[in-house]
Amino acid sequence: MCEIASRNLSTTRRYRAPFCLCVFLCLFVPSCKREQRQFSTPPANFKSYDVTMSDLRPGVGGLPQPVQNPADQHAFDANEGKRLFTQYNCSGCHFNGGGGIGPPLMDAKWIYGERPENIYSTIVEGRPNGMPSFRQKIPDSQVQQLVAYVRSMSGQLRKDVAPTRNDSMNARRSEQRTERKTPLQTTEPPQ
Amino acid sequence: MSKTTRTIPRLILTLVLALCFASCFSSCGGIQNAINPAGPNAANISRLWWLMFIICSIVFVLVMIAVLLSLSKRTTEAADRVPVLEPSEESERRRRNVVVSATTITVIVLFVFLIASYSSGRSLGLNDPTKNGLSIEVTGHQWWWEVRYQDVDASNIFTTANEIHIPVGVPVMFSLRGADVIHSFWVPNLAGKKDLIPGKINTMWIQADKPGVYRGQCAEYCGFQHAKMALWVVAEPQEQFNLWRQNQTQQAVAAASDVQKRGQQIFFSTTCVMCHAINGTPAGSNIGPNLTHVASRHMLAAATLVNTREHMAQWIKDPQTFKPGNRMPQNNLSDADLQALVEYLQSLK
Amino acid sequence: MTVAVDDRELAEAMRQEREELEKTWARPRGLWGWFTDTDHKAIAKRYIFTAFVFFLLGGIEAALMRIQLAFPENHFLNPDRYNQIFTVHGTTMMFLFAVPIMTAFGIYFVPLMIGARDVAFPRLNVYGYFVYLIGGLLLYAAFFLNTGPDAGWFAYVPLSGPAYSPGKRVDIWAQMITFTEISALVGAVIVIGTAFKMRAPGMSINRIPLFVWAQVVTAFMIIFAMPAVMLASSFLASDRLIDTHFFNPAEGGDAILYQHLFWFFGHPEVYIIFIPALGFISPIIVTFARRKIFGYVPLVLSLISTGFIGFGLWVHHMFATPIPQMGQSFFTAASMMIAIPSGVQIFCWIATLWGSRLDIKTPLLFVLGFFAIFVLGGLTGLMLASVPLDLQIHDTFFVVAHLHYVLIGGSVFPLFGAFYYWFPKWTGRMLSERAGHLNFWLMFVGFNLVFFPMHQLGLNGMPRRVYTYLPETGWGTLNLIASIGAFILAAGVLVFIVNAIWALRAGVVAGDNPWGADSLEWSVASPPPNYNFHNLPVVQGRYPIWEATADAPVLRGLSTKTRETLVTSVMDAQPELRFDIPGPSIWPFMVALATGVTFIAGIFTPWAFLVGAILAGITLTCWFFADPNYENKAARDTGEKSHKVAPRAELQPKEI
Repeated sequence: MCEIASRNLSTTRRYRAPFCLCVFLCLFVPSCKREQRQFSTPPANFKSYDVTMSDLRPGVGGLPQPVQNPADQHAFDANEGKRLFTQYNCSGCHFNGGGGIGPPLMDAKWIYGERPENIYSTIVEGRPNGMPSFRQKIPDSQVQQLVAYVRSMSGQLRKDVAPTRNDSMNARRSEQRTERKTPLQTTEPPQ
Repeated sequence: MSKTTRTIPRLILTLVLALCFASCFSSCGGIQNAINPAGPNAANISRLWWLMFIICSIVFVLVMIAVLLSLSKRTTEAADRVPVLEPSEESERRRRNVVVSATTITVIVLFVFLIASYSSGRSLGLNDPTKNGLSIEVTGHQWWWEVRYQDVDASNIFTTANEIHIPVGVPVMFSLRGADVIHSFWVPNLAGKKDLIPGKINTMWIQADKPGVYRGQCAEYCGFQHAKMALWVVAEPQEQFNLWRQNQTQQAVAAASDVQKRGQQIFFSTTCVMCHAINGTPAGSNIGPNLTHVASRHMLAAATLVNTREHMAQWIKDPQTFKPGNRMPQNNLSDADLQALVEYLQSLK
Repeated sequence: MTVAVDDRELAEAMRQEREELEKTWARPRGLWGWFTDTDHKAIAKRYIFTAFVFFLLGGIEAALMRIQLAFPENHFLNPDRYNQIFTVHGTTMMFLFAVPIMTAFGIYFVPLMIGARDVAFPRLNVYGYFVYLIGGLLLYAAFFLNTGPDAGWFAYVPLSGPAYSPGKRVDIWAQMITFTEISALVGAVIVIGTAFKMRAPGMSINRIPLFVWAQVVTAFMIIFAMPAVMLASSFLASDRLIDTHFFNPAEGGDAILYQHLFWFFGHPEVYIIFIPALGFISPIIVTFARRKIFGYVPLVLSLISTGFIGFGLWVHHMFATPIPQMGQSFFTAASMMIAIPSGVQIFCWIATLWGSRLDIKTPLLFVLGFFAIFVLGGLTGLMLASVPLDLQIHDTFFVVAHLHYVLIGGSVFPLFGAFYYWFPKWTGRMLSERAGHLNFWLMFVGFNLVFFPMHQLGLNGMPRRVYTYLPETGWGTLNLIASIGAFILAAGVLVFIVNAIWALRAGVVAGDNPWGADSLEWSVASPPPNYNFHNLPVVQGRYPIWEATADAPVLRGLSTKTRETLVTSVMDAQPELRFDIPGPSIWPFMVALATGVTFIAGIFTPWAFLVGAILAGITLTCWFFADPNYENKAARDTGEKSHKVAPRAELQPKEI
């Protein structure tokens, strides 16, 4: 305050505070998206019958753009997916990701594809050998959350977005501390 | 400062403070009010409140008088007068006596409070006056209350949500659990609050001495919709309570008309069945409130919406507008479907 | 050895000494100077300014909340935004405003009041400030980017745990706690070191000003309380980051453990905020009553016993948990007992004021406001201390009313009084009295309008931390009154800011001692020179200025070429040692940066702690090995080092 009184404000002092603030803001730009909590359903950006199951294309022309799952960027959505996984009893067949009645979801092997639109399709349409179809039972926004969570089980989500441990008995490491596995296409059904 | 510049602020101050006091004590009634007791617990606490309030008010007024009197020798001279470092022995001794007396009175008053508080607490506490009477288990979820009436006979056990009925004049034992985060069960007209802590069981007993409806609200911050996590406690005469209870143990009313049947079909084929149970039908999920007798409840959405057809339709279609962040998703049903569903649910008395 | 000299020669010698002192104690300039300056007064002013900015930010958050709550079912803020705002409001006020500003007053005034040239650890002081600044910027950067914590300022688990608070919001909160607690610990260590070992000769322990006593008691409380919150926040952070189970009941943890750890800190925290304010009140009352304080010894003992008893109250925040009632009753007794020392202090102050011809200037006006507001708050505190009554009013707006009455009445009002009282000392100018009175009345009326109705709201069933309420509850009227009051209170604060800015440019020039006060800071110029005292005073009583005689002795012989200061004994302030105080250095800032990087990166990965420890180790080593007088070339040239003195201070002719 003495400096103000003696009117000795140098240029550097004047810009000191905004400068520090900018530096700090830069550290947090990624957090804008991560912390988003959206309560009203956004329009679904992929429908099950729009999903392609093969990467082969006749003729020339690029591959279709991979569909982004917005829930993959939001920590809140991934956490909701974790909650829904238990509450909708996905764990009844897939347990905590280790599989049992259903195939494991925390490993690198994917029967029907690991892309968000593939998993979306799996949940909404169901699959042979026991995966029920949840069409119209689980709204799209929640399916997206489940898709994000399923992908996080094999470490596909960014570490700061993936859910951490929940307040129950923990059978394995949390998704945040799970190493990212490279997805493999497999046609073997689970044993 | 001139006389006017001193008087005006004083007038404003007096007016304002008078307004404060007046408005404060204008509302002593109400169904969610701690000093409008309707049961022995709350009455006990209310007595303690008035005792402490009266004594504390007297103390406050006395201290303020002392402060104001000490201002009586005001001056506007600058603070250059010679400071007094050796006040007279006589005046120091008088001051010491007054301070010691005031401190002694303080200690006595504090002991009075302590004893009053302790004896009030004892009668609220350990003894279980219910002795195999009515026992209710309340589980707090984000952001609704799961209520389970216990009974020795298993066929009399039932689960409902957000609305508790108790018989008048009978102490009821509550055992309180938290399902996810810490909540707090508080029905101010009937009793103090107790926390619902995951991993722990808290117990309290409540008795209502007057029939009526008492509103309670969650009193521990629990997330987005903490503000709208309320409940109703309906105290009714024993016969009425028995009838209500008898009804609640029954399975759901079967769908009668075509519209109701259509509504039931919609219930089973859309998102409703994933979270809500209706006893006697295949819907058995316990994630959300049990809807077996939803039409018998006065309120919806954790005692925040009156249970009418219109409100129910609005709630089902878009719960996020009324309670953003709560766990129930929006449901894009056509108007006809929505009407049928509401028709069915409103038949579940 | 007394030497008879010519007056003019003496004056010339003194002038030369002062010139050398100016050079030796000169503060570095420019941007580099801002990062390296160790002058305790500059650091304290920075603390005060930064804390006041946080106060304003916290106040804006409060205003936003009051707008939202003015009407039932208001849609000004959605619940997510509201939750962040009330959390950041509480966190800002408690951690970023209240504790630092009280510490800052200590850092500024303790050396001046005890007759020392500097604080005991000036470079540590710089470190403390930068750590605080980084923590505060962290919180606000996060808040502006939608990552503000939203679990309440005390963040109970499981809500703040990994399952129910996804993302990094609560992690930001947990780490910010770490920053502010390091800064507070640093401040506490400095106050204790300075107050116990650097007092002027003759200032024995029974002559220490009450302000300094309050700061010392607070400092001890900080040292004992802060580790508990460090544990709580670290356990929470590790639960969230590395899957530990401290608070997970399914794996053997306990949600109540968090509450115990937090409140073991949390209750002393409010006394840490409150006790320094008690230290402001005593000098203001003494100055305006123009008499010595009544009951010095009871006042000191009250401060100390408040500090002790304050550690035995924490469970009164947990009466609704399943802790057995017998155990809870002990805390009722302790919570009521703490009213006794507070009462003793109030009675002693009234006894001091009684019968004196008082000139009600603004500082005294704020102290009178303290009496009205704090006593009411203390009485509602007694109500909350009782278990059964607490079970009705816990976690309602009654508690919000109580806590604001004791914190604003007990700390903020004395703080504003202290601003008015010591502003001339900091800046050499007086704040306007008329604006001061307006400031007070707006704040007093506004405050009571906001918070008094909240008592009734709590009894009417309104819980805390609700983003809205239904119209049927009937809480609308009282909430509207409270919201109107909030803007009157804000207007009062605005008047203060305008007053301060105006006074800096055009206020009446204050001399050394515009209030005619006692205590040593008023014996030096306004603002004080960098070296505080040319000749350290030799204190002969509790009231060194008022009791000063024409031939009051001063201490001479300290070097003017190095930053030399006197270290004295704890009880009787007998000189023991001449000690070179370290001068400006960049290393404290570097260590603060290393600390900042460690803890901020630690939000995202546990490896940050390893890397950060190495960084901190390197920068600390550089700090320890840095030349204490690198900036002070004169000292390097003459190479004077510290050495023991003869046990008695020698009498010298009075300084001209």
